[in-house]
Amino acid sequence: MGAELKNYLHEQYYFRLRLTVAGLVVLSLFALLAFRFYYLQIDQYTHYQTLAENNRISLVPTVPNRGLILDKNGVVLAHNFFVYTLEITPAKVTNLENTITELSQLIQISSLDRKRFKKFREQSHSFESAPIRTHLNEIEAAKFAVNHYRFPGVEIKSRLFRHYPLGKLGAHMVGYIGRINDKDIEHLKQEGVFSNYKGSDHIGKSGIEQFYEQQLHGITGFQQVEIDADGHAVRVLSSNAPIPGDNIILSADSKLQEIAEKAFGDRRGAMVAINPKTGEVLAYVSQPTFDPNLFVGGIDSENWKLLNESLDKPLINRPLRGIYPPGSTFKPFVALAGLEAGKRAPPFAIQDPGFFSLPGSSHRYRDWKPSGHGYVDIQKAITISCDTFFYGLAVELGIEKLASFVRHFGFGRKSDIDIKGEIEGLLPTPEWKQRRFKQPWYPGETVIVGIGQGYTLVTPLQLAQATAILANNGLAMKPRLVNRMENTLTGKQISMPASVQDQITLDPKNIDIVKRGMIDVTLPGGTAASVGANADYSIAAKTGTAQVIGIKQNEKYNEHAINERHRDHALFIAYAPAEDPTIALSVIVENGGHGGSAAGPIARKVMDYYLLGKSPAQEAVSSSTQANVIESPEEEFHD
Amino acid sequence: MINRLFHLLFKHIDSFLMACLFFALLLSLFVLYSASGQSFSRVYAQGINMSVALAVMWAVANISPQNLERAARPLYLLGLALLIAVALFGTISHGARRWLNLGFMQIQPSELMRIAAPMMLAWYLASREGKPKASHFLIAGTMLALPVALIMKQPDLGTSLLIASSGFYVLFLAGLSWRFLLGASVTLLAMAPVFWSLLHDYQRRRIEMLFDPSQDPLGAGYHTIQSTIAIGSGGASGKGWLNGTQTQLDFLPERTTDFIFAVFSEEFGFLGNMLLLSLFSMIIIRGLVIASQAQNTFCRLLAGSITLNFFSYAFVNMGMVSGILPVVGVPLPLISYGGTSMVTLCLGFGILMSIHTHKKLVAT
Repeated sequence: MGAELKNYLHEQYYFRLRLTVAGLVVLSLFALLAFRFYYLQIDQYTHYQTLAENNRISLVPTVPNRGLILDKNGVVLAHNFFVYTLEITPAKVTNLENTITELSQLIQISSLDRKRFKKFREQSHSFESAPIRTHLNEIEAAKFAVNHYRFPGVEIKSRLFRHYPLGKLGAHMVGYIGRINDKDIEHLKQEGVFSNYKGSDHIGKSGIEQFYEQQLHGITGFQQVEIDADGHAVRVLSSNAPIPGDNIILSADSKLQEIAEKAFGDRRGAMVAINPKTGEVLAYVSQPTFDPNLFVGGIDSENWKLLNESLDKPLINRPLRGIYPPGSTFKPFVALAGLEAGKRAPPFAIQDPGFFSLPGSSHRYRDWKPSGHGYVDIQKAITISCDTFFYGLAVELGIEKLASFVRHFGFGRKSDIDIKGEIEGLLPTPEWKQRRFKQPWYPGETVIVGIGQGYTLVTPLQLAQATAILANNGLAMKPRLVNRMENTLTGKQISMPASVQDQITLDPKNIDIVKRGMIDVTLPGGTAASVGANADYSIAAKTGTAQVIGIKQNEKYNEHAINERHRDHALFIAYAPAEDPTIALSVIVENGGHGGSAAGPIARKVMDYYLLGKSPAQEAVSSSTQANVIESPEEEFHD
Repeated sequence: MINRLFHLLFKHIDSFLMACLFFALLLSLFVLYSASGQSFSRVYAQGINMSVALAVMWAVANISPQNLERAARPLYLLGLALLIAVALFGTISHGARRWLNLGFMQIQPSELMRIAAPMMLAWYLASREGKPKASHFLIAGTMLALPVALIMKQPDLGTSLLIASSGFYVLFLAGLSWRFLLGASVTLLAMAPVFWSLLHDYQRRRIEMLFDPSQDPLGAGYHTIQSTIAIGSGGASGKGWLNGTQTQLDFLPERTTDFIFAVFSEEFGFLGNMLLLSLFSMIIIRGLVIASQAQNTFCRLLAGSITLNFFSYAFVNMGMVSGILPVVGVPLPLISYGGTSMVTLCLGFGILMSIHTHKKLVAT
């Protein structure tokens, strides 16, 4: 065997050895792949199968139609309608600014539209389309359709818009909807209803829209859609129709509401009217009001600034969140507290010198009538609003007893009305003062609580509810704005039953005395005689005046000398017909001056319409004819 | 007469290898039809590519290994010159400088190197007398490092690593000492952090994605996530031809080229994968047999390298599509759509056939 051949064989042997090693490596790596395939396709098959299905199938929400809000006669207060919108999907557009500029050459786009679009974008994902223009007319829609090819990522859609046809009327009651924000999302998640909001843009932000959100919204439907990687629907696999929201029917009458709002003119204030027998809210006024339609598409900054920074505070829900000293409207409740405690029952009477002093003190708590009212019993004290009488009564009752009695009428606590944001007001007690100011209660503070001053604060709603409870002889019905709900599919109506909140045990004799005092208020000699003039029904009422700024001892209050916003608030409570009341109300006119002259006529107009169907338009009542109503402001109490 | 013509035409074609190739290419057309969204024009274009590639294979198979050996040096030098030209004047596309514009056509010199580099190394190591010494391996290593470095610079990490591995196969088969191999692997492992720092950001991200694709499900991790879903949801027997939801609804990216294996796997399942692995194994075994029977060192080394290189491509591609290797731009040999890689691949098979069928003529 030649060396060369031997060498060759040797070399071949080594080569084949190496080749075998390589072959084994190849096989083992292929085996590794086979294992991987086994793992993915056999072992984890179900997992990947699910992932592939999730990829393929998308659940597309179908937003339900929001329920309508109607007044008791079926007048629409909130409804929905479709409008054409021009929408841009930012993720699909390369140069947003250019696109908008080019679009504006085709279709009018105002700077307001741009701002709204910007705000909308900030609140949504870039792959969601945002409207650059809403309420496109047919010509504009057609104009764009022809040029559609020039604008990839821009399309015409139709969106459901909420609209409040009566605009400002009852805006604080009806409320409004707005874009769902992060806070809303958090809230919805907490309540476990977030999944029902897939695809929804809007949510109730205030008023009925907010409180009855769940009923109004309805249940979102879903479509199972096969989609491709770009998210385009290929075909619908199955669908589950949405269930539209319920219609909400209020107890309020929009005509009555309108009369009440008009009666305020351009004055600020609030009015709540309640049916004392059922707790139904008949009118709910907060003046000035605002146009809720501004909020639906997202309010622009100019309008927001205008509303938010206005000194008149149109956005405040005054019946619910406006707090005022009740002034003399508090007196009937103090009187009842006294009578129920066995004090001041007729024929008890005082000789009013025009002031009250605590035993051992020279300080004078003055009556509004400096010369005094002379011989005054409890019924007359209500009728003429005698301060001196109630100063003494309050002191004799003591603050705790007084507070715990009137609390039954709803003062100092929430009424549980079906609208969110209610505040409690304030019914002061020594315990409260200690907690709040770390100070003891002074006897003088009890004196002024007797005429509804001092720390005492009430909301117009509380005042109306207290009046309703009084009118209903102590039976407290839960106040409610909504009368019934209507299933939009079946037309079936579910009424919201009247519910008793509390039954205050009162001696009919005592309540009769107070009521008679209040009826006399609207009769000649009463503080609101003009309100009852020529009325075809009897009215029980009480006037009140609440100070806005303090006036020093011995200083005279001069209505004309001080700034309009520093004038006293005018208050008025009433119920009618006095024998069998079906309406109880409270009126507050901010800086209105005297309760009887400023607030009383508003109450009269409302009652006239409610009880007689009489519109105030025919009767031109000039303010000067009411000038004979007099009530002086309560005096300064803080030394 | 016809018999003689037939013999003349096919005497340099290895029938077993040819049968395997034919089956794989047929499969490729079917998968491509599905992957392209049932586009006949795509299938037609690939048919043209295949015809060209098979013609190249036939031509190369008819060239004798001696002539191939003679061509090694000029091809290598030409390839090197072109790579340098690319580095200097190449056109940039997608952030990489890989193409050279010759005026009438664009060429990618790294493709030429896929064949030229192992040929050069095989020639060099075969022409040394006796067993190659360490110094020979060092020189051969340098010959390999030059084009690899140039391609890595383009940057084209995938191709450069595959060319490096094809060169390494030559060195390994030529008898690179086990001790050196062990030392080199230890050194490489130790140097891993250095290599890591040399990588481009996007390359690093691809490697990071391998370990956790969910880090960036819509970005770098998207390819891997979607392709593993496609493979996994294929199950045992697949969703059926043209019925892959991942494929047909566009969830799979690059599904006619680098990720075509996911399409195949989704529609034909685990059974299909086993079939494809078997088919590839048969091709590789046939290649290794040809190498072991080759009559001289050059042929042995070249045949072995070409075969193992085919394996590298198949393994790297299937590994990346099934999520066990980082995503590098490597097509699945014989199946992916594309002309250049198909031609290079068949050129390799042509060399294998040439080596196998010219043997007897010289041996006598």
